[in-house]
Amino acid sequence: MIQGVQLDLISEERLERLTSMEKIRLILDEVIAGNIVVLEKGLSPEESSKLIEMTMMEINPDGFSGIEMETYPARSTSGGFFARLFGSREPTSRLTVIGPANQLKMLRKERDLISAWVSSR
Amino acid sequence: MDNILTKVRKRFSRFLRAFFKKGRSRIGIYGPPNAGKTTLANRIVRDWTGDALGPVSEIPHETRRARRKEDVTISNAHGDSIVIDIVDTPGVTTKIDYHEFTEYGIEKEDAVKRAREATEGVAEAMHWLREDIDGVIYMLDATLDPFAQVNIMMVGIIESRNLPVVIVANKIDLPDASPGRIKSAFPQHPVISISGLEGTNVDELYEKMIEFFG
Repeated sequence: MIQGVQLDLISEERLERLTSMEKIRLILDEVIAGNIVVLEKGLSPEESSKLIEMTMMEINPDGFSGIEMETYPARSTSGGFFARLFGSREPTSRLTVIGPANQLKMLRKERDLISAWVSSR
Repeated sequence: MDNILTKVRKRFSRFLRAFFKKGRSRIGIYGPPNAGKTTLANRIVRDWTGDALGPVSEIPHETRRARRKEDVTISNAHGDSIVIDIVDTPGVTTKIDYHEFTEYGIEKEDAVKRAREATEGVAEAMHWLREDIDGVIYMLDATLDPFAQVNIMMVGIIESRNLPVVIVANKIDLPDASPGRIKSAFPQHPVISISGLEGTNVDELYEKMIEFFG
């Protein structure tokens, strides 16, 4: 059988139909199964926070050791006067790649370039 | 214009915080493992109370429970001061592998236990940030790449909660330290370069803490 790694590219439209917990569960289930997930639009800060917490709950010795995740640095939108005054500018979340920590390694990361290497299990 | 608006926003948030204040501000020291969080927490607590918070180690995840020191008064030569609680938190990461600890000579059983405690510690740190922290000192090892994803995520989470944050570029005593990289990675926040180990420039950090967390 040919060895390989499954890559799932999830569109912004599909992500928008999911609740935060559904998104996090989807990501973790895929990654624990050894797949790489590419989100067209990244997670909100609140979702990132929950993802870190839930990842920690899933880690087990000689099994799942966590996630590797990369996205470009956030690009702030200019917003209107009041948005700027009250700080309600939500940074735009961008394309994000997530995979098992023992299979996905980042080679290089810049503001506008992510170079990654994926190994099979 | 953006700069003025940011200042107005910060003053307004500070006013709101003061108005609705539950008590002292709790300042969390956050950052990835081995950034020097406990070394700084010990220095702050020792400088202002004569006490200490916790043990330090070169092995990652030495701090696996958040530790709080209450009533730390920090003051400057102009008579300005703040009274805060300092919360030293476990290093935040998205991955923990017990093999990382066996490489330091720790037996497998203890390494597995340490890894399990470390995962609980990360979750606990995130919980504190969501519920109980009023301001953040975000610690970075100035010899490492500041663009690491965990830093981008954590600063994004802190910003989304509108918490005042001071970024600390630590370990400037090391030859590879490049605090300039940290300043260019997070231009929207004040960055103070220090050596927590040697105490270099911590007075500037105390000034910034009085200004930002007061």
